[in-house]
Order: sequence, then structure tokens, then C-alpha cells
Amino acid sequence: MQRVQILDAAGIGKTLARMAAQIVERSSNERLIYLIGVQTRGVPLARRLAKLIAAATGVEPPVGALDITLYRDDVGPWRAAHQQPVLRSTDLPERVDDRVVVLVDDVLYTGRTVRAALDTLMDYGRPKAIRLAVLVDRGHRELPIAADFVGRQIPSSRSDDVQVRLAECDGEEGVWVEKEVEG
Amino acid sequence: MSVAPAPRLRGKDLLGIDPLTAPEIQLILDTADEMAKIAERPIKKVPALRGKTVVNLFLEPSTRTRFSFEMAEKRLSADSLSFSSSGTSVEKGETLLDTARNLEAMQPDFIVIRHRYAGSPHRLAKVLRSSVINAGDGAHEHPTQALLDAMTIRRRLGRLEGLVVAIVGDLEHSRVVRSNVLLLQRMGATVRVAGPPSLVPAQMEAMGCEVHHRMEDAIAGADVVMMLRIQLERQGRMNFPTVREYYDFFALTPERLRLAKRGCLVMHPGPMNRGVEIDSRVADGPQSVILEQVTNGVAVRMAVLYLLAGGNGEPTAD
Repeated sequence: MQRVQILDAAGIGKTLARMAAQIVERSSNERLIYLIGVQTRGVPLARRLAKLIAAATGVEPPVGALDITLYRDDVGPWRAAHQQPVLRSTDLPERVDDRVVVLVDDVLYTGRTVRAALDTLMDYGRPKAIRLAVLVDRGHRELPIAADFVGRQIPSSRSDDVQVRLAECDGEEGVWVEKEVEG
Repeated sequence: MSVAPAPRLRGKDLLGIDPLTAPEIQLILDTADEMAKIAERPIKKVPALRGKTVVNLFLEPSTRTRFSFEMAEKRLSADSLSFSSSGTSVEKGETLLDTARNLEAMQPDFIVIRHRYAGSPHRLAKVLRSSVINAGDGAHEHPTQALLDAMTIRRRLGRLEGLVVAIVGDLEHSRVVRSNVLLLQRMGATVRVAGPPSLVPAQMEAMGCEVHHRMEDAIAGADVVMMLRIQLERQGRMNFPTVREYYDFFALTPERLRLAKRGCLVMHPGPMNRGVEIDSRVADGPQSVILEQVTNGVAVRMAVLYLLAGGNGEPTAD
């Protein structure tokens, strides 16, 4: 087992600052921005981006939390190996209708979580647009989904374990890749 | 980094509160709290049970429980069919086991059963591959009722542990009592019961309840008062002299409610006999959470269906 650190706390900070700037640059009206984090690590990331956007524009966008468990495609009838994923909280303080929703997640991998998140969001209303911001894109998409804002591209093999740790939920901060070493 | 094992619900069936552990009850209640939010969305439906089939087999009259299960099934996108005893082969003398085997031949994932005989759901669970959910068996158990009561108390008072819950009325014919006593005690609450001696079975004491024959003693300082329905249709044998006398001794009136703790919750599993076991001023008063119980019933049933669908399908141990 070989564990390599890709980003430290300062690196995550710098990366998020750049992403926040890109989100502002892409938006025609900052007042429409609505950051929604995918449970669990997308939520603290969305909160941090909101603060950075507020510092740049003077307008702090609302932040929501989205649980996608009931929309997943890897539980229930599709899976032989049954499981009971624990439901996390969905908390959307404002309506999503006519907002530019920026979905925030820590790692973009197969794209299946994002598909579930899109379906979940659509059941809450009709956003003007939905964009996707991820701290890490590790490749290996299984669905035609791409991110609009990417913090860091990390080429990986499927057997690698890409770990994002955030102070708010893990007590440590950084991005690591753990590789299986043969022999 | 070590991660605590995720909580899970064991077994393929929900036959009663008795086989459940405290962490399992907690998991169901936590899941139900999230399910409750779905009712507040513009689209009150999630795809979690898409492609699953549920048969609601109600062989004893029930409106509330059956509608509540049907609503829960629809909100989770399951397909459901409801049977009642009239107008089906049950009327023609088919045995329960044959009815169930015939239904299973159509491969449902769940069978929700209400039956007048205790133990019927257990019998079915043993021979069927489908998940069996007990929606009330005789005077034995009614687990989803106890779960929705617990959910209602927890949402209002923030906890179950350390609370004093008084259950008053017909304890003899009620399956609600047994499930509630088991659940509340398992979660660390104290249960007091009261009713006319003819309607208090001896087993209440054996179950660890404080038994009172004066209602006032049971509700003094209580956090929750649960009133049970007097089953007037079963009172042919008359376990008390008159309805009027029952009201005088065992109805929850505003005066009696003042003996309980300030802000004490008033609950009733329904359907209510106004002016018999509960005074309308209490039933419609600010402390009543009777309609919240109905709302929470849908969420609890969604949680149970969802968790069993994701279960490992192991047969329920005896």
C-alpha cells in the first residue's frame, strides 16, 4: 500500500479560491447562484465556496444539502448484494426554481452519483440551470457527464483509492491517492 | 481510519417490536424522519422501490392503516394491490396459507398483513420468500403503530429515554398496547397503564408496567398520555356497566389532563369515540398530536419498506 498526498490544507484552500472565481466569472447574475452540496463531503465544500464567493462579490449565495440515497442505482432491485444505505439529511433553505444551481461534490468518478443528484434536484423544482463543481475529477466515467468546475484532475486507475478528507467531517484535511502495490 | 459499522435492520420481515433491538428501532425512526420530508416536497415521490410489488392483505377491517401503507408504497414508487376478506376467495373458505401461497405465486416482494388471529404473520413469514410486515395480528402486536407513536413523541419531546408514558383504556383487546410497551421500555421510557379491572390483563404487570386502577394515578406527572379506543363493537359482553360510567372514570377530560406534566402530549391511535374515552376539548386541544400520528404513520411505513427492501433477506429468527 502506497499513500501519496496530492493536496494539503493550503492546496485545497487555493483550489477552492480558484473554483469560486470561475463560478463568479461564469455567472451573469451572482444573485441567482445557489450552491448545493451532495452529502456528505459536498456540503462543507459548498459552504466554503459560498464564503469565498461572498468575499468576491459581496453577495453570499444560499447553501443547501442534498441526499441522493433514494435515487441511487446501486441499491434496491439492481443489486444482488443488498444493502441499507443510511439516509442523510436533505436541507434546501430556498426553492431551486429559476436559480442557477451549482452542485458541489468532492470526487467525480463514474458519474452515477451526479445522475442521481440531477434526478433528486428535478423533484424539488425547475432550476434555470444546473452546473457541477468537483474538488477532484479522477476519470473513469460510466455515464455521459462532465463537470463545469474542476479543482484538480487526478489520473487514477480503478483500483486506486482517492481520498478527500475535510476538517469539518474527518478531523484532517487533504487529498490522498492510495495505490495497491504488487509484490 | 476505523469506521463504525453502519446500523442495519436484520431479517426479511417486520413481525413485531419484540425481535427488534434498540439500535434497530433508532434506525427506523431516523430513516422515518427523513422520509417525512418527502411529503413536503412539490413531488411527493422517490424512486427507491421502483419495480417492487407489495400486496396489502387486510383480512380484518381497517381504513387508516391500509391507506397509510398504500400511501407509503406509492410515495416510494412501489406497485401495490390491496385485498380485503369480502369479495375474495377468503370468503369462499380458502385457508390463509393457501391465499398467501397463491399470492406468492405472483411474486410480490412484500406482503403486508392484518389478521384477527395472533401469529398469522409469523406463520406466513416462515413459508414465504416475500418480506412479511405485520399490520396488526389479533391482540398481539401492531409494530408500525408503536413506531409511529414513538416517532411522534420523539419529534415533539426530542427523546424517548426517561419519559413517563401513561396508556389508558381497553388494555385487554388492544394490540397497540403490547407493541408500545415493548418499544417504549426498550428505549428507556417508563410505562404506566390504567383501565377498569375487567380490561387490564394480568400480563401488564409481568411486562414491567406500573398498573393503576385509578386513571388519575397513572397520568399524574406523565409526559405523554395515550388513550385507547373502547371497542364498543366488542362490548357485547360488557366489561363495564355503561358508557357514561366509563366516561366518568376513564375519559381524558381537560380537568384530568391538568394532572399530567405541563405540555404533556395527548395521543390516540384512532378511530376515536368522542365523549367515551376522550373529551372533544382534549382531542381538539393544543396538546393533542393525534393527527400528527397519522402523518407520521406514512413516514414510518416508508422507512420500514425501504429498510426491508435493502435487507439481506435472511429469514427472521424465532
